[in-house]
Amino acid sequence: MNYESYIINRLNNMNKYTPVIGLEIHVELKTKSKMFCQCDADFFDKKPNSNTCPVCLGMPGALPVPNRTAVEWAIKIGQALGCSINKQSKFDRKHYFYPDLPKAYQISQYDEPLAEHGQVILTPSPRGKNPVINKRMDPSVTPQDDKSKIFRITRVHLEEDTGKLTHTGKDTLVDFNRSGVPLVEIVTEPDFDNSVDVKIFLEELHTIIRYLDVSDANMEEGSMRLEPNISLRKTLNPKSEIRNNIKIPNNKQKFELPNYKVEVKNINSFNFAKRAIEYEIKRQAKILDKGETPAQETRGYDDKKGVTFSQRSKEEAQDYRYFPEPDIPPMVFSDEEIESIRKTLPELPHEKLARFMKEYRLKYADAFILTRNIQTALYFESICADTALEQIEVPDKSTSSQQLVANVMVNKRIPTRLPQEEFLQKLIKLYKPVEVDEEKLTQVIDHVIAQHPTQVAQYKGGKMGLIGFFIGQVMKEMKGKADPKTVRKKIHESLDI
Amino acid sequence: MDIFGKSITQLRELIKDKKLSKQEVWEYFAKRSTKYNKKLNAYVTLLDKTQKGSDPYLGFSGIPLAIKDNFCTKGVRTTASSKVLDDFVPSYESTVTAKLKAEGYELLGKTNMDAWAHGSSTETSDYGPTKNPWDIVRAPGGSSGGTAAAVSAYLVPGGIGSETAGSIRQPASWCGVVGLKPTYGRVSRYGVIAMGSSFDCPGPMTTTIEDAALLLGIIAGKDQYDATSTSNEVPNYRKLLHEKKVFTIGVPKEYMKNLEKDVYKRVTESIDILQKMGHTIKEVSLLNPSYSISVYTILQRAEVSSNLGRYDGIRYGNNRSFFGQEAKRRIMLGTYTLSHGYYDAFYKKAQKIKTLIINDLKRVFADVDLIAAPPTPMTALKLGEFEKYPFFGETMDVLNEAAAVAGTPAISIPCGLDSKGLPVGLQFMGNYFDEENILNLSYQFEQETNFFDVIKLGREKYI
Repeated sequence: MNYESYIINRLNNMNKYTPVIGLEIHVELKTKSKMFCQCDADFFDKKPNSNTCPVCLGMPGALPVPNRTAVEWAIKIGQALGCSINKQSKFDRKHYFYPDLPKAYQISQYDEPLAEHGQVILTPSPRGKNPVINKRMDPSVTPQDDKSKIFRITRVHLEEDTGKLTHTGKDTLVDFNRSGVPLVEIVTEPDFDNSVDVKIFLEELHTIIRYLDVSDANMEEGSMRLEPNISLRKTLNPKSEIRNNIKIPNNKQKFELPNYKVEVKNINSFNFAKRAIEYEIKRQAKILDKGETPAQETRGYDDKKGVTFSQRSKEEAQDYRYFPEPDIPPMVFSDEEIESIRKTLPELPHEKLARFMKEYRLKYADAFILTRNIQTALYFESICADTALEQIEVPDKSTSSQQLVANVMVNKRIPTRLPQEEFLQKLIKLYKPVEVDEEKLTQVIDHVIAQHPTQVAQYKGGKMGLIGFFIGQVMKEMKGKADPKTVRKKIHESLDI
Repeated sequence: MDIFGKSITQLRELIKDKKLSKQEVWEYFAKRSTKYNKKLNAYVTLLDKTQKGSDPYLGFSGIPLAIKDNFCTKGVRTTASSKVLDDFVPSYESTVTAKLKAEGYELLGKTNMDAWAHGSSTETSDYGPTKNPWDIVRAPGGSSGGTAAAVSAYLVPGGIGSETAGSIRQPASWCGVVGLKPTYGRVSRYGVIAMGSSFDCPGPMTTTIEDAALLLGIIAGKDQYDATSTSNEVPNYRKLLHEKKVFTIGVPKEYMKNLEKDVYKRVTESIDILQKMGHTIKEVSLLNPSYSISVYTILQRAEVSSNLGRYDGIRYGNNRSFFGQEAKRRIMLGTYTLSHGYYDAFYKKAQKIKTLIINDLKRVFADVDLIAAPPTPMTALKLGEFEKYPFFGETMDVLNEAAAVAGTPAISIPCGLDSKGLPVGLQFMGNYFDEENILNLSYQFEQETNFFDVIKLGREKYI
């Protein structure tokens, strides 16, 4: 087989299967109390089983009372993800036996979740060299553009966390400090077809949730957990099939969903997520190539070895025997209540990014970085609004002072942890117009010109670029105490006679 | 001062007037309870005040009460009459017993019950059945049989039971005492070992209507630890007893069928008395009570199967091998009705019929103030007879299930004896949160008949 056909063959194989990936994300809310009792929801670093009560321990006769803030925050997350909020919602009991589940059921939501049918749109930036950032939101590109992708959010619901098991050599220990902490579960449709999009989506989701200030959403610490469901389907037409395009979203395309899916657990970072998915895609492709179907199962991810491994078979779907939680009356929300929660939403990351680009004329990359953290964004705007900014002189006339501030922050030329006043002081120092001793400058320019007759002759002969040389020499003599623009002007005046 | 036969209300007055001391009252009932418990087995745990208990606040604070053993009492063993909880001592207090404590009442003992409240005869208890004080070869009814027997034999002046469907009314009628099931949500369930979460109602069992009104007034009210408890204001039940009210009372013809001859006799006689007293009696029609049996069985057992899951022996108590036969039966059936593929046919369907039962009662209460009927079709059965019936509990409670399923309040009061000399009960059902009128009518009947001296005769067997 010659090289070309090898490439074509490889390309064909790569496109033979299209990954079908859906995500299940759990976000731990940082409410003051747990979901159904008044225990502290902050269980970090506490002595085992010291942060418990009869309710979260599943003692006889204990009853759950829902945490109102948790409900509101779950609705907030739903709204931030574009979901519609159900005016009637309820809790259900989800039954299974495990030592970390004290009641032998988890109070969760089944068929009437708080929020449903949302979406997150990611649009690739037309410019930019970084391929990751290439797939970011660019408001100059309207969502009608061919390359935008919609990732549909199936539902957002509320439930309680379980205790934690620790396996020692011969025993298993249970700590119920975490039992009952509020968890928001976000489920997406299987709209992802590659690992990079998943990573980008997770990062965007993390940013959104941090903006809402409802969770730390930290995968390494366990306040955000991911379980992707991964399978492969046959690509209908590798050359022309449009994958999850905004014009023809997944739910309007006609392809056969695979008859199996593999759930992967124990993914502790965005990078792990990308790697685990890539490994799974390869592993499943190999099995499908053999004409077999990958087993429907749950697999763990081992990043050290770079593999997923089988944990338990999911051949028979667990029967959770869901029924409505009789201890908690159904929740009914008025339009006013739902609206009043929506009003507390901050400007969302993609909205802020678009506004920064428009209002401050920032380039995409800078606006993106500044909006990853709401505190940074607020800091930026606060600096820009500060009248002290008028004192600086931007070296390049085509740059505004706000653009300069952005640049300085993005490149970390001044630490952004400083109080605003200090930051501005440092900024002014960097860019204040320098007081020039006009007389001295004239002297130095004359002196430099006199010192370098060869270069003067070359310059006059046509080598205009040598102006830089002269400027450098003058600046050296002036020990930087001159404004390069002024120096350039004056040298021109002296030489261009 | 002779204490025998005094009601809670009377004893309170005597203590207040310093004619009796709290210590005297306590020792009186503690002695009687200890004396007769061997014979009746009404208590699982009896408190001994002469020894220092684990509760540092043990002292002589007030009038003793018998509390059913499914109420978690801090520092005092709580078993729900099941060996699974044989050594379980709660570190927390149920809202009901906390409220009683705060009002100065004292826990004398935890009474025997059907294990996990699964039954209508107290025979499924892992600590042996309680005997009916009227005839010790018979069952006291259940599941609050221990409390009913203790009150009937005057081992305590009153007590607290719980009802999921009939568990207060039926033993009250078989033991010849007053038993009130409040509206679901009227009294907090926090700390009550859950059986049927959407049915369980704690309620008073007493020797007089005034005592029932007194206790209800204490235990009723919104509880921040029970999301299903109602914010409705608690009326002054005691005060409202004395209002001269005239009621329209409905008698459902479907409830007057298939009764023991003497039950039918006593109940109809009582209804005649009500009419003579000036109330209007009206024949009404309710859904055949036997329909409630399947609805209630499915919903209750589904909830039971869910509520018993936590007893794995890891955090407290013994493991599942300690469950009795009846508990196992109910867990299996409940799990089945919730399982994939069967949920719609059983659980969901039962919920729909529940709505029909609710609407049926609402319809009748549009025409009448209260409903009168027998609480049970028969008087106390002999111990062991329940084995004839696979759904014994639910079958015994057929006349109680409508109010249980709908969540409406109801009372059972004594209305005479049958030819065997066993107590017959009379039931009044009311609309949601209408305990005040149920108690009012019951009080009028008590004033008029003194319950035909049934309560007096009962305790006199244990002088």
